[in-house]
Order: sequence, then C-alpha cells, then structure tokens
Amino acid sequence: MVAKTSVNLSGVYLDNPVIPASGTFGFGKEMAEVYDINILGSISIKGTTRQARYGNPLPRIAEGSCGVLNSVGLQNPGVDAVVSTELPELRKIFRKPIIANISGFSIDDYAYSCEKIDKEKQVEIIEVNISCPNVHNGGMAFGTSPDMAAKVTAAVKKVTTKPVYVKLSPNVTDIVSIARACEDAGADGLTLINTILGMRIDIQRRKPVLAQKMGGYSGPAIFPIAVRMVYQVAQACHIPIMGCGGVATAEDVIEMMMAGATAVQVGAENLHNPYVCKEIIEQLPVVMNRLHIDSLEDIIGIIK
Amino acid sequence: MQRVELKIKYNRQLIPNIYEMCLEGDVSDIRQPGQFVNVAVDNLYLRRPLSVCDYNEHELTLLYKVVGRGTTRLSLMHEGQEVDILSGLGNGFTTDVPYSNILLAGGGIGIAPLYKLAKELKSRGKKLSVALCFNTESEIFYDTAFKEIGLNDVYIVTVDGSRGHKGFVTDLIRQQQQMFGYFYACGPMPMLKALCQEVNCPGEVSLEARMGCGFGICMGCSIETTKGSQRICKEGPVFKKEDVVW
Ligand SMILES: Cc1cc2nc3c(=O)[nH]c(=O)nc-3n(C[C@H](O)[C@H](O)[C@H](O)COP(=O)(O)OP(=O)(O)OC[C@H]3O[C@@H](n4cnc5c(N)ncnc54)[C@H](O)[C@@H]3O)c2cc1C
Ligand SMILES: Cc1cc2nc3c(=O)[nH]c(=O)nc-3n(C[C@H](O)[C@H](O)[C@H](O)COP(=O)(O)O)c2cc1C
Ligand code: FES
Repeated sequence: MVAKTSVNLSGVYLDNPVIPASGTFGFGKEMAEVYDINILGSISIKGTTRQARYGNPLPRIAEGSCGVLNSVGLQNPGVDAVVSTELPELRKIFRKPIIANISGFSIDDYAYSCEKIDKEKQVEIIEVNISCPNVHNGGMAFGTSPDMAAKVTAAVKKVTTKPVYVKLSPNVTDIVSIARACEDAGADGLTLINTILGMRIDIQRRKPVLAQKMGGYSGPAIFPIAVRMVYQVAQACHIPIMGCGGVATAEDVIEMMMAGATAVQVGAENLHNPYVCKEIIEQLPVVMNRLHIDSLEDIIGIIK
Repeated sequence: MQRVELKIKYNRQLIPNIYEMCLEGDVSDIRQPGQFVNVAVDNLYLRRPLSVCDYNEHELTLLYKVVGRGTTRLSLMHEGQEVDILSGLGNGFTTDVPYSNILLAGGGIGIAPLYKLAKELKSRGKKLSVALCFNTESEIFYDTAFKEIGLNDVYIVTVDGSRGHKGFVTDLIRQQQQMFGYFYACGPMPMLKALCQEVNCPGEVSLEARMGCGFGICMGCSIETTKGSQRICKEGPVFKKEDVVW
C-alpha cells in the first residue's frame, strides 16, 4: 500500500506536511538552485513587515549545542516589495500553496500587511507572527499576553478571508491560555513554536556574542519543548496546528504529528543541512511503512 | 552551491596554530578565487566558513587558524577521513580587471584566499606586488608558497619589525611609492579600512561575519553597503572598495 502523506490545513491541501519555517528558507530562490522545491508541502516565506527593515547589527548568529541563536531582527524588504517582487518570483518557481508570514509593531501594522497580502492569489494561508523575540517592543509583546494575542487575531481576521494561523511564542508561562485566546478570537489555526529567548557570552572577550546580547534559540535542542507545547495546545484547542521547533528527521515529523500537529515546519536544520526537507520527504513513506502508518492523517493527535 | 564529501589528502601544521588541509573529490562548484566553503565539524551545529586557498579540477586547499572548538577539531583530523562540505559559496574576486599593476594585501590568515588569486592573475600576465602582513616573525607562513608561484615582489610586513618591513601594509605602500592600478585585500577590518583610505586606486576586499547558513537563506550575515543591504555569504564575501560602509 502506498503511504498517504497528504494533509488538510483549513481546506488547503498539501501533498505532504513538510514546510520550511519562516526565516530559514528566504523567499525560496536560493534553495531552488539546490533541489526541486516543488516537492515541498508548502513554504512559509520570510517574515514581512509594513515597512522594509534592515534588521539588527552583526553578529546576529551564535551557536549552542544542537542549535543556533539568531538575532536577525526581521530583516525584510517590506510588504509592498514582497507583493511586487518576491511573491511573483517565487510563483515562477513554486507551484504549491504559499504561507505568508506577517509581523508588526502595532495592531494597525498587522492589519495593514495582511490586507495587502490578502489580495495575493498565490498565498493560501497567512501566518501571523506574534512571537519574534528579536525586535524591541515588537511581535513578542503580542505573543505573551492572551489579551493582545486575541486583539491581533481579531484585527487580522477582519481584513482577510484566507485562513489565519497565529504563530505563538514559547517564551510564556502558559501557552495554552494564549492559544485559547487566539482560537476564541477566530484564528483558523496555530503555528508553534517560535524560537526560545537565549544568550551566549564570549568568555575571552567578556562580551555577549550577539550584538543585541539576546536572540532566539532553535534547532534540535528545542524539539522536546516544541513537542510538549504542541501536545498541550492540541489537548486544549480544536483548530489545526503547524508544529515547529527542532524538526530534523522524518521520525520527528511523525512524533510532532502524534503530539497534535497537522503539518510540520522545519527551521534551523535547513541552515545546517540545506537538503533536510528533501531528505525528510523522501524518508517519510519509508518510516511510515516501518511504523505501519497508512495515512499521516490517522496519527494526528493520537496521544491523549 | 553543492554538498560534497571530500577526502583529506593531508592536514598539516605549518606553524603553531596554522594548518593547511588539502581535500580531494568533486570540487566542480568552485569557480573563482575568493569563494569559500562551509565545513561541517562533528558535534557542532553550525558549519565553519573557510576560504578556498587553492583549487584545481579535483582538489582544494584550505588554510586555517585554530581559534576555537571547530578549528581545533579540524586540526585533529587526518589523511583519508571524509569531510562534509558545502562547496562553491560566495562570489569570489573579479579576475578580469583591465589594470596591470596590482597589489594583493593579506593580513594573518587573511592571506588564504589571495593565493589562488595570485596564481590566476599571474597567469593573466599581471604585474603583482604581494604584501603578507603578520604581527611578528614567528607567525609568518606561506611566504615561500607565494614566491614559488614565481612572483618577484613578495613583501613581508611585521608589526614589530622582526622580519621584513616594520609596521602595517599602509607603511609599506608609503615607502614603496608605487602607483597601483587595482588592489585586493583580506584581513582584519582595521587593516582593510586603513588600506582603502591609503590607496587611491579601485579595489576589492573580502569580509567575514558569523554565519548561520553560508548560502543566503537566513539573513544572519547581512551588512549595509552603499548598494543597500547585502549578504556577506551570497553577494560577498568580496565587495568593491566603494561599496563598503566603514
Ligand atoms: C567567508 C569567510 C571566510 C573565512 N576564511 C577563513 C580562512 O580561510 N581561514 C581561517 O582560519 N578562518 C577563516 N574564516 C574565519 C573562520 O570561519 C572562523 O575562525 C571559524 O569559524 C572559527 O571557528 P571555531 O569553532 O574554531 O571558533 P569558535 O569561536 O568556537 O566559533 C564559534 C562560532 O563563531 C563563529 N566564528 C568565530 N570566529 C569567526 C570569524 N572570525 N568569522 C566568522 N565566524 C566566526 C564560528 O563559525 C562558530 O559559529 C573565514 C570566515 C568567513 C566568514
Ligand atoms: C535565522 C532565523 C530567522 C527566523 N525568522 C523568522 C521570521 O521572520 N518569522 C517567524 O515567524 N519566525 C522566524 N524564525 C523562527 C522559525 O520560523 C522557527 O519558528 C523556529 O526557528 C523554531 O524552529 P526550528 O527549531 O526548526 O528552527 C526564524 C528562525 C531562524 C533560525
Ligand atoms: S549566513 Fe545565512 S544568509 Fe548569509
């Protein structure tokens, strides 16, 4: 029997649940030179803001065991350039559904960018990032309060008919209360998790490694945390989840789905191994056979 | 960009803390002197970017300085072991410049990418002056390698004057009073900055940054240039003098 890898995210059908996470795949063109990106389920493009952002000073990258710390700070050309240039270019090379990732500094910002993106046919899901740890008074403030998270969700829902997935921050005491607030405010789904706030110090120079001192930690080191949060939220909410955080293998995808994810995003691992998404997609049917899984949809949230 | 497994032909210490590693295999993605590779090291999450010092159809040479965990592990690897490498990264130097009298200036381990460049420019019949700059005599390496290319004007500069010209590359240029048509440089930022201010001719410099990916997807290495924001790993690491904002 052929393993069935397709999944359904709020009416958007994906051949397979593997999606490169926002900020770890650019706008697809560099990766298109490496392999055929049309094998992917979807792509979540680099986070976009109302205005262009240069991002934070260098160094923006540090290392931890099994992970990377970044303080890129949402560098992007701004929503107008994304609509006029990046999306049309990506469309030329990518036939699958696209997920647009939006950030902002005010509720107005979010609504403005989402309204623009709403007009783009090729975008099938809007992912609202309320969890970037790398910008001052930025996204994360919205992601750490249920009330603010709900307000952003409601504002965005008003300006778009596309499914809205709210991307949550793990840097909170109770992720379930935030997830519920988003669901109640009309979110069609949730993505979790974003990076975990971290820091490294160069003990020789007696200075933080990152120019911004702190950054977001991600990679295989955070996988157990991501699985736990996906599980907790899946137990409490009824909307689909894109699981993200430390995914590196086809087995990780299956684990994330058993915890409650309908699709799975792969982030930092793309930096370390540019072929990781391709390898996971090739391995998935093999691992499914080994585990006697006929269809991935059968395992979503089987852990109670 | 291509991921390849290359086999270590040799990995030898040149002087304390400086190593030369020669790797064999598919190096077809390396097209230009000044490009770099991103080397995976066991048990470390990020790859380590290293300039390609020399290459031909089936091998490449790296020169590296032991400064931390990754380069220490590299230094312990031996002949026959395989290394996982992302090959053919970055833009590399422009080699088809219309100038004849050319200066190459390298500071410390920054001389690495200049070696293949020197060979390439020599084969194009350019007149080259090479300045190899170090802190002190005991840190000098690769000077004979450069001379063996058949270059007459290889200058050693040491900050303390223990060998060659004393001071910095800018002191050498002032003494020489040569008129260069073009220059290429790689080394510490203060050296590159001083050099760009001192020489009147156009030229290009190779820059560094801590990298997340090394092939343009993470925005970890973007800098502001006069042409807007550019990634050191993709639009660079080589930038025209006038594009760099100091
Ligand atoms: C395009 C480019 C070309 C380079 N070419 C060479 C070369 O030919 N020979 C050579 O010896 N070195 C070169 N470097 C510097 C080299 O990458 C670092 O010295 C090396 O990564 C240090 O790794 P480590 O684990 O030993 O040190 P650690 O300090 O333990 O490294 C920790 C982290 O910091 C990063 N890092 C530390 N220092 C640097 C640095 N100076 N530049 C960039 N990242 C750094 C590492 O990659 C790693 O992610 C180059 C750097 C770049 C960006
Ligand atoms: C370099 C880098 C840039 C990122 N940029 C964004 C971004 O623009 N928007 C966003 O929502 N998440 C961003 N993220 C977070 C990832 O999408 C992902 O949620 C997180 O890294 C956890 O997954 P991972 O462990 O697989 O990396 C970024 C992560 C990294 C490493
Ligand atoms: S290191 Fe990732 S874009 Fe340059």
